Formats: sequence, structure tokens, C-alpha cells
Amino acid sequence: MTQNANISARKIRHDADHLAHGFAALLADAHQLAASVSHGAHGRRRPGAGDEFWQYRAAVETDAMRDIDWRRSARSDDHFVRQHEWQNTQSVHLWVDRGASMLFRSQDNLPVKAQRAAVLGLSVAILLAKAGEKVGLTDLNDLPRQGLAQIDMMAASLADTFPDQEFSTPARKEMKQGQKAVFISDFLGDWDQIFESLSYAADQNVDGYLVQVLDPVEQDFPFKGRTVLFSMNEAHKFETLRAQSLRDEYRAKLAERKAALQQLAQKTGWRYCCHQTSAPATVPVMWLYQALGRHV
Amino acid sequence: MSGISYLTPFLLWALLLLPILWWLLRAVPPAPLRAKFPGILLLLGLKDKETTSDRTPWWLLALRILALGAAIIGFAGPVLNPVDSQSSAKRLVILMDASWASADDWGRRQAKLTEVLRSADQAARPTIVFKLSNITQSLVPLNFVAPNVHLQRINSLAPNAWRPDFIHWADYLTVHDTSFDTIWFSDGLDSEDRSALLDVLESKGNVSIYQADEPVLALTPPFVKDGNMVVQVQRSWAKGALDVSANAIGPDPNGVTQILGTASAQFSPNDVQAELLFDMPLELRNRITSVALDNHRSAGAVVMAGDTVQRRKVALISASDQQEGADLMSDVFYLRKALVPTAEVIETDLKTTLLVNPDVLIFVDVGKLSQTETRDVTKWVANGGLLVRFAGPRLAASQLGLQTEHPLLPVRLRAGGRSIGGAMSWGAPKKLRAFAEGSSFYGLKTSDEVTVNSQVVAQPDPNLAERVLASLEDGTPLVTQKTVDNGRVVLFHVTANAEWSNLPLSGLFVQMLERLAVSTTGNLDDVQDLEGLIWKPEAMLDAFGVIREVSDRPGVAGTVLASRAISADLPPGVYSNASRKAALNILAKDAVLVKADWPTDTTILTLKKTGQKFLKPYFIIAALGLLLLDIFAALWLSGKLRKRFAGQMAALVLALAFTQPDTGMAETDEVLSNLINNTVLGYVKTGSAKVDKASHAGLLGLSAELFRRTSVEPITPVGVDIEQDELSVLPFLYWPMSKNQTSPSDIAVAKLNRFLRSGGMILFDTRDAHLSSGVSGGTPNGRMLQKIAARLEIPPLEPVPEDHVLTRSFYLLQDFPGRHQGANVWIEAAPADATKIEGMPFRNLNDGVTPVMIGGNDWAAAWAIDDNGRYMFPVGRGSAGNQQREYAQRFGVNLIMYVLTGNYKSDQVHIPALLDRLGQ
Repeated sequence: MTQNANISARKIRHDADHLAHGFAALLADAHQLAASVSHGAHGRRRPGAGDEFWQYRAAVETDAMRDIDWRRSARSDDHFVRQHEWQNTQSVHLWVDRGASMLFRSQDNLPVKAQRAAVLGLSVAILLAKAGEKVGLTDLNDLPRQGLAQIDMMAASLADTFPDQEFSTPARKEMKQGQKAVFISDFLGDWDQIFESLSYAADQNVDGYLVQVLDPVEQDFPFKGRTVLFSMNEAHKFETLRAQSLRDEYRAKLAERKAALQQLAQKTGWRYCCHQTSAPATVPVMWLYQALGRHV
Repeated sequence: MSGISYLTPFLLWALLLLPILWWLLRAVPPAPLRAKFPGILLLLGLKDKETTSDRTPWWLLALRILALGAAIIGFAGPVLNPVDSQSSAKRLVILMDASWASADDWGRRQAKLTEVLRSADQAARPTIVFKLSNITQSLVPLNFVAPNVHLQRINSLAPNAWRPDFIHWADYLTVHDTSFDTIWFSDGLDSEDRSALLDVLESKGNVSIYQADEPVLALTPPFVKDGNMVVQVQRSWAKGALDVSANAIGPDPNGVTQILGTASAQFSPNDVQAELLFDMPLELRNRITSVALDNHRSAGAVVMAGDTVQRRKVALISASDQQEGADLMSDVFYLRKALVPTAEVIETDLKTTLLVNPDVLIFVDVGKLSQTETRDVTKWVANGGLLVRFAGPRLAASQLGLQTEHPLLPVRLRAGGRSIGGAMSWGAPKKLRAFAEGSSFYGLKTSDEVTVNSQVVAQPDPNLAERVLASLEDGTPLVTQKTVDNGRVVLFHVTANAEWSNLPLSGLFVQMLERLAVSTTGNLDDVQDLEGLIWKPEAMLDAFGVIREVSDRPGVAGTVLASRAISADLPPGVYSNASRKAALNILAKDAVLVKADWPTDTTILTLKKTGQKFLKPYFIIAALGLLLLDIFAALWLSGKLRKRFAGQMAALVLALAFTQPDTGMAETDEVLSNLINNTVLGYVKTGSAKVDKASHAGLLGLSAELFRRTSVEPITPVGVDIEQDELSVLPFLYWPMSKNQTSPSDIAVAKLNRFLRSGGMILFDTRDAHLSSGVSGGTPNGRMLQKIAARLEIPPLEPVPEDHVLTRSFYLLQDFPGRHQGANVWIEAAPADATKIEGMPFRNLNDGVTPVMIGGNDWAAAWAIDDNGRYMFPVGRGSAGNQQREYAQRFGVNLIMYVLTGNYKSDQVHIPALLDRLGQ
């Protein structure tokens, strides 16, 4: 973010303060949101490595002597082995769009889309981390990790935005089969690029979850009369003499885009959800958390 | 002609553009809404179905068209009820008589002149304006300029108190052989030389005359008839019945100029003269300095009295009261004859006389006085009395002043005296020598018929020569004079009857008495009476009848004054010589006003308004207002009129459009009774909202402190409009100075003076102690204070002395800080004879509560609290500042205590004595 900024102690300190502020606020929001969702371990409902007791079974010959649960065995004549529920940790990759298009809000009392997206992502990450899963960001190079320390790192990097990129697409990251990926964006950029980068993830056979975050203005297109519209970086410009006449067409186009995302999800077995920033954030968090939990 | 015409009608063609504009405005789309929109990529490729954009709403269009239409019409210069403007483009000379007779309706003349110049401006006529009562150099060329140059000077044109010199102007205008039309603003009075000027003007071009429709009014000098003062009102021509009233003005016993009496009279329909009769006691009449007509402001409507109505009290003391004899032989017969017409003559014994305090005491052949009497008379003379003594057998026999100079005789006398030209003596009776220059009789003509047979003779002392006022042809002093402090002692070395000389029989005797200011007439009829003396202007009358004291004008010779030719060199006013005052008024006694008589063929116009009204500003303002509305409408349409700004903007616009006039304290009976039944502090509204707010908050703070600390429980302070509100219900007024407040009117000044006299107190605060070291005229507020205070009855002042009651009326204080600190606070000076009683800490200053306090410490700011009781202004810094504010509040408490209880605290010094007495 400060690639071309002149590096001075003061500047660094200032930026750090700024970042820490955003980070702390983000973290606080995310924690608050996460606290409103009940959570539990993702048991695999079968014996395996884990902390939770699963069952006692009669010992067979192949069982090692040290595996026998002597306490249970002492109550009867047979030997029993104590089995734990198999709890494997899942890796969840998060991608939160922080490009220029996400830095938009139509009214002062609405959150900026990027902020809502970051809060969504982070609160899911907190819930997952508390459940013992590994979480990570696709735009960070390292692998997903366990623990709340990872949350702090993620929050720090989510506080960064990339206003230079008009529309950003998920970075290509190697993911292992069966891992999960959550993509949070407005998906209003060029469809081909979106399709391509999502396909790349799908090709690696990961479970994907698409959350589309939209501002009410983007849903409704309330403009009237002569209107000149700019993209966030003013790279694109569109002028109309009667904006209201275009409303239906725009809505159709948006519906088309949503349908395309839905279709993509269906094809790959992914799941898709659309969220409007004027609605409470808990809804998509619940959805995301449960969707993630079901497949675990 | 009525209706509307336009100054530049061709501009109206621009109205044709309006329909085109309508079409254009409808065609051109309104300014686009510019917004950011991330979903733009979805829009790319979409096409508008309709090519025409959204239209500007019709009402916005109408608004704009109206605004433009109003502007076009405005700039075309519409005129309501226009007058026919002269089509002539000839040069124009405008003559203003600008004499005192024009002053009464000068405003109308200025308005008319404005009108005339405007229409000359329309016709682009080169114009020149002359004030005829001025004098111009004969070689100055006629400098015709554009009329609007003169338009700018109209407000500074003022009339003079004298009539124009028409001959001078006729000469001046003859020299220039340009042709021009003339508009002449005549003052409506006749003058012999006017026709000469008119002839010249008619030879140059058309002449039209503007003249008032009302007759000119003027007063003639007052005179005394049957013990009443009479002033005649003249008018230039009879025009119906007319009621006039006039005020006699002069200093009251406190020295403040006031209206001393009023009189009214009525002109009967065909009369040009009315008489105002002032029935006033002598004491009051002697104070009159001028008489002014109500509702007329011109030099003619004011007459100055000079000495004309002053009748001196002259006491005649003669030793021969008991003597029976023929009147003609009486000592005082001739004196009485000479004095009675012009003075109040008192004839009683000396003791009673001195009680009356006469202006002049005449001793007719009085010899020795008792020691007490001598002391009393000497004291009276020293205080400014004039003692005139006549010699006679008793004085000669009294041996008075033979060895040493007697205090009541100007010179030492020789024993005996002398007799000349009698049967038993040598030589012929002596005649008078011409009066020497420097003598107060200089200028009077001595008559050969006056001869002297006997006289008392002065000792030739070294100082004799300077004391001689008149002498005989052989050089023997006949009249001598010496000054005693403020008074004079004059001795006629002859008797007051015809026994020793025939001087009392001559007219010269009366003139001599007048010169001695024994008797006064004060009018300028008698040339001889004025001659040989230099008269110093004391007060001058301007054209509007305002009397101004002057001190820097040179003296005027008596002959010039007697000529009564009022001009720039001899303005009307009061001229003084020694203790005599002569008034030079516009009209002499018995003068009449004559209406100007114009030849029948001259065009005479009236000064009345034509009702012509220039509508340009109204249209332009309407256009601006509509454009302002348009701004809001446009902002609202484009969605930029945010709610939170809308309120502010609307407030701003409303504030611009309607500035609410401030009302004074509304004086319903209810409010008044509330004020009367409670203690309430008042402040004077200065017209500056900021200052008034601070005053109100300040007195609110002080009231709160009083409520908290003392048993004084004031209600909410009131702001007072001194022009309108009743002051008598308030004990105290706080008057902050702000440099742009207006000076109070005469009525308000009278009201304030009454307030001060009846026990009210005003605290003047220049609020600028941080700028100057004391109350001074160096700051704008200080100058404002000087301007206001000059007209109020303010006693001599001194800085608050250490032992003043104010320093201990509640708290013990020595400083009186406000928001600023250090400058002196001024109050009425203590009497010079205030003494300190042995054993008492304070001087005995019991009487007199000061009516004013003057300072610059900005007290209100230090006291000021807002509605929540928080201090509004910072005072000082830190704890020192808190202390300063505390002291400011203590000063306020002390002040109000002082206002309400007067010198009660000062009386406390007597408590020990009272207790002492009670114990006995």
C-alpha cells in the first residue's frame, strides 16, 4: 500500500496507527458477529483421531497394549479400547474483494461494501478458528493456519484495500483437493475474468462458496434524468439522458449476472448467496457458517 | 402625463428573445447528475431509447424567464408617472438662491434639483450649478459638465444665511457670451437687483423659475412692550390663516439651554404680520438668548435677543430722600427719566437694595457710608456690580477719599472742588473735550451745548490718566472709572441734576449711560452708539437657524455692524463689546418681507414633487431575488440541496430578505407596572446587536449576583430605546458605547437630562480600556461618548477618590475592573470644601449621588452570563482572571448598592456620635 510512499519513521507510524485502527475495528466487528453464531466442533461422526470420546469397543488382537483402556476393562472381563471421534481439521481459504469497486456506499449510514465483506470473512474465520479449523487468505502466500493468532494476521491484511484496482479477481492460489474456498465480492467486474479465476479454483476440486455483496443502489438503479456515471476510478464513464428508462434493462443485466454465478455454483457443486449491505450482516454469516459446517 | 415610460426603450426589444430562450432552455438538457457507480460494467452497451433528455421543469423555466424579463425591463429604465423632459439639448445653468429664505424647504429644493439634473442627464445637457449666495471670481470660465457630476454634490449643497448679490452675478454672467437656458431656484423674496440678473439671463436663453408655494416666514427682533416681550412674525405674502408658535430659548438657572417660554399667534387670512406675545417674569425674560419659530428651520425663523430684552435692575440711592422740592431740582429726576424706559429702576434704601442684587447701583450725591455698608457694597462691586456715583455737595463735604483712595471712589479727590464761570468766579463754564480713543465713550459726539460749572476735582495721582473716561477741555477729569475685581466703580464728577452742569439735560447723558451698560437697548439703530467700537462675534446663525458659538472670527467695526448688510463677512449673530451684546438678525425692527415679483412672461414652476418614480432598482432587485430562488431550485433538482444545508441557506436568505426592526421595551401598562414594582436594571440599546446582547447578558449576570449576594433581587434586565421608552421607571442605566450608534435626538436628550436630575444614574462604558490609558477622545468609542455627553447635563468629574462611598457601599474595593483593568473611573467631583472630620477615615461627602459614572472597563462583558449561567466572555487568565471577574462582580454589587441607597454608607460615620448622644 505504501509502495511509492516516502518511507519515514513518521509516515510508517502514521500508517501503522491507521492500519491498527481499521484492524481493531474490523476485529471487534467480526468478533461481535461471530459471537452471535453458536458454534461447535465439526465432528466426523466416526471414530478417529480427535479429542472427543466416541466409543469403547472390544479390543482385538491387533490393538496395541497401550491402546487398551484399563479403567473400562477393569469393570468387565473383556478388554476395551477407547476410541475418539475422528476430528480432522479443514483448511478454508478466504478471498475478500478489496478492489476499488468494493469501496462504495451510496449513503453515509450504510457500510462500505469492502468493509462488510471483510467483516463477513473475518467473522467466519473466527468461528472456524474457534472450531479448530485452519483458515487463511488466498492473497497471502502462506498456508492456512490454526489458532486465533492467524485471525489477527488476517484482520491486519483485510484492513488493507486496493483502490488502484478497479475490479479485482481472486488470486490464483494452489489449493488442495477437498479444501474450501470462500469468495466474497460484488462480482460486478468483467465476467470472463471472474469466470476464469473461479474456474481455476473449481478445477482444483475445492468446495467453493460465493457471497455477492451489493449496495442497494446497485440492486435498484434509482437514477433519473440526465446522468453521468463513473466507475470508482473513473476509468469507465457512462452517460444517459434518461436514466430511468434504463432501469429495467440494468436490473435484467444484474439478474443475468446473478444467474450466471448461480449456474457456475451449481455446475461445480458450489454454493452461492447474495447479500445487500442494507441487510444485517448476521444473515450471510449464519448462512456461510452452516454451509461450511454441513460439508465438513 | 402618467403611466410608464422608459429611459432606454430600445432595450425592450430584448424581450423578444424570451420565447427563443424558452425554446433553448427546453432544448438544452439540464446539467447532468454526476455519480459514481460500481455497477457500470453492466450498463456498458445499453442504449438510450429516447433521444430527448429530461426536460427542465416548466416552473423553473418560468422562473428564469421571469428573472430575465425583470432584468431586461429594469435595465430599460422604467419610470412611473414620468414628466415631460425638455427636448432641448442646450446648455443649462442652474441658479440656486441658497439664501436663508430657501433653508426651510431646502430638502424639497434638493429633491427638485435632483429631478432637474436627472432629466438634464437624460437629455445629455451640459450643466452648471451656481449658488448665488456665494461669490465667484469674475474671470472664472463657465465650466459646463455632465449633470451627474452635480448629482453627486447635491447632498453637500447648503444654503447661506445671507441673500445673494444679484448685481455681482449679473456682471459675471454678462461677461460670458455663451448662450444657455436657465433654471432658477428662487427663494421667493424680492430684491431690487433681481431684475438686472433676470435681464441678463433672458438675453442668454429661456429662463424658468422654481419657487416655493408657501410664503417665507421670518421674525423681527424682540422688543419689550408693557412689560411683555413682543416678537413680530412677518410673512412674504398673505396666504390664508396660519397659526404660528415660537419658543423663547435661553439658559436655565443651571446654565442648560432650555425652552423658557412659548407663545403662539395667528395670521389672519389677509395679514402678513402677526405678533407673538411672551408673558414672562423679568428674571426669566432676562435669560432669553433667542426666539425660534416652531416647525420652521431657517435663519429668518430665529431671532437672537442680544441685550434687547434684557432689562437691568438699576438701584438709585440718593441722600436727599427727605428733601421736599420741585421735581426738576431733584437729584434723581433726570436719571429716572433716562433709565425708566430701558431698565428696571429700584428706589429703596441701600440694605434692601443689596438683597435684590441689582446689576447697577447708582449713588446720587451720597457721602459717607457706615463701615458695614461700605464693606457690603465693596463686596457687591467685587462680585461684578457696577457702581455709578454722582458728585454733589454732600460728597464734596464728606471729606471722602482725600488722604487715601476710598474703595468706592475711583480716584482721590481734592478738598473743596471748583466752580467755574459763576458770578463769583473767573472764566467761562467749561465744555467737554472729545472722547479719547480707548475710552468707552469713544465715538460719541460731544456737544458744544454741554457745559460744566462746578465739579469735584481729582487728585493728580500717577494712575489718574488711565482712569479718566471723559474730561473737560482743560483736561480736568469729568468721568473716572476703576475696576474692582469683577466690577467697576464710575464717578461722574458733577451732580445728576442740572445744578453743576447741563450734562444731565443733554442726549449725550443717555448715550453715556448706555455705553456704561447702565441701560441697554441692544438694537443696532443708533449708529453713534456703535461707532468707534470693535464688536466681536460671539455666536453665529447659519442658514438653518442653528446658533453656533464662535471664537475664531475677527472683530467687526461698529460702523460696519450698524450698516446691517448681512453677508459672508458679516453673518447674522451676536456681537459683543465689553458687557454689551448686540444681535444682528436677518430682519431689522419694522422690516417687512416682500414677495418676489416676476415679470408676467416668466415661467414659474412649483417645487412640488411630480410623482416621477424610477422603477429600475425594484425590477433589478426582483430579478436578483428570482435568480436566488433559481439557485435553490436548481440545487434541489440536482439533489445537491442536502437537508442539513437547506436549513442554513434558507435562514441566510431570510435574514438577507427581512431584517427585522428591533423593538424597544414594549410599554404596556402591565410591563410598566412590573418594572415599577420591581428593581430592574436597564441598558441602552446601541443598535449593534452584538453590544446589546453583551449588555443584556452582563446585566443578567449582575442581577444574578445581586440576587445571590444581597437583598437586592432584580428581575430580568430590560433594553431601553432612549428615543421611545420611559426612563423614569429605571434606577440605573448601563450605556455601552459603540462607534456606530446614533446620537440621541433632542427629545431623548431632554428625557435623559430629566432622568439624571431625578436621581437616575447612567454608567457610561467606552469598553476600550485596553486601547487607551483612560477615557479619552482618542478612540472611536471615546469620541462617541464625547459627542453624546456634550449634550447631557454632566457635572464636573474626577476619578473615584479613595474615600468615595462607592468603595465601601457593600464590599471594600479600591479597583473597579471589568473585562479590562486599570483605567480610571470618573464620577461627579466632590465639592472643593469637603473636609475630613478629625478621627474619621473619610471626608464628609454626604450630599449628592453622582448622576453619571464614566469608564472603559467593559463591565458588562465581565458580568455576562448565558442562559445556562455560564460566563460568556473570558476575563484575564487563570486564577488572576477569576479574581478579576470576582472584583468586577463586587464592583457591580457596590454600584447597584450605591445607586439604590445613595450615601447611606457615608452616613454611618456618624454612628459613634449618635450612640454617644443616646447614651447621655
